[in-house]
Amino acid sequence: MVNVLINAPKTAKRGSIVEIKALILHPMETGFRPGANGRIIPRNIIERFTATWNGTGIFDMEMSPAIAANPFVSFFAVANESGTIGLRWTGDEGFVVEERIGIAVE
Amino acid sequence: MTFVRGVLCLVIVLASSWAVAQGTADKGGADTRRSGYQDMGEALQKMQADDTANPGMLFVQLGGQLWGKAAGAAGKSCADCHGGVASMKGVAARYPAIPKGSDSPVDLEGRIDLCRTANQQADRLPSGSRELLALEAYVAHQSRGLPVSPPDDPRLAPFRAHGKDLWQARQGQLNLSCANCHDDNAGRKLAGVTIPQAHPTGYPIYRLEWQTLGSLKRRLRNCLVGIRAEPYAYDAPDYVMLELFLMDRARGMPLESPAVRP
Repeated sequence: MVNVLINAPKTAKRGSIVEIKALILHPMETGFRPGANGRIIPRNIIERFTATWNGTGIFDMEMSPAIAANPFVSFFAVANESGTIGLRWTGDEGFVVEERIGIAVE
Repeated sequence: MTFVRGVLCLVIVLASSWAVAQGTADKGGADTRRSGYQDMGEALQKMQADDTANPGMLFVQLGGQLWGKAAGAAGKSCADCHGGVASMKGVAARYPAIPKGSDSPVDLEGRIDLCRTANQQADRLPSGSRELLALEAYVAHQSRGLPVSPPDDPRLAPFRAHGKDLWQARQGQLNLSCANCHDDNAGRKLAGVTIPQAHPTGYPIYRLEWQTLGSLKRRLRNCLVGIRAEPYAYDAPDYVMLELFLMDRARGMPLESPAVRP
């Protein structure tokens, strides 16, 4: 069960700059904290977030343990062609989430 | 006669100072109550207002998934009895309340517990668990914008009075009551932070310090630890009584669930 909230325009003018915002539910456990039993809780973070526009990379981000839980990412892109924006989060414990949203450029 | 007049004056002075301390909107007096929302920075206010930036909405979404998921021996989901979640509109605004066939009040969390154990024949969700908070947030979200409207149930009065006593009782190593900060010194600074009036209008809240959603109980435990008192047990009725008093104190203020707080 994965929860993502994405905020991006559905339509945009050709050549305009659009803002894409994405929020994901994730504990971002640092790997430095001891649990109730005194043992270190294993690290569990999102390591990488990438965005593509019709398959071409437009944004790439490496995340670190210092980033808070439920990371919120906002970035900008130039709207050149209609198509699909793909968002992908990958991380520890085999965490992979992919989301797609359509955008019409006119 | 002078003595009587003096006493009368004193009573009036006391009564009016009480009204100011309570910040209520009694007969023509301006409502001086403030939600914690109004004391936050602009960035946080925008975060709360934007449903795609408010992390509490992640839990609302999760609650929506749980709402339709069957649980327990009865194999029923919340939706099987209640239908769409729209039927939950206004529920969070009137809790805590006394459920049918009982004589003590429960908060929203307790109500969900009752549904799970009695109707779904499932195990209780642990207090503070992600699932319980998500369901609570999903239900409370339906009342967003509605005024807090505690029920006019006379059976609630003694519990509410006890809640008020707890609110005003000094406790802990610092020997402070809730009222010392949130009535007497609200709006002033404590370690650089504005002391809020403590109206429970946004629970469950997404508190940035917690990096997750949390209940009013968690907030109250936080305060108790802050004044170096021993927090009540997790299932203590004291929390519900305090909530009863606080909801009555916030009567008429709009609900914000899920709110964002620093």
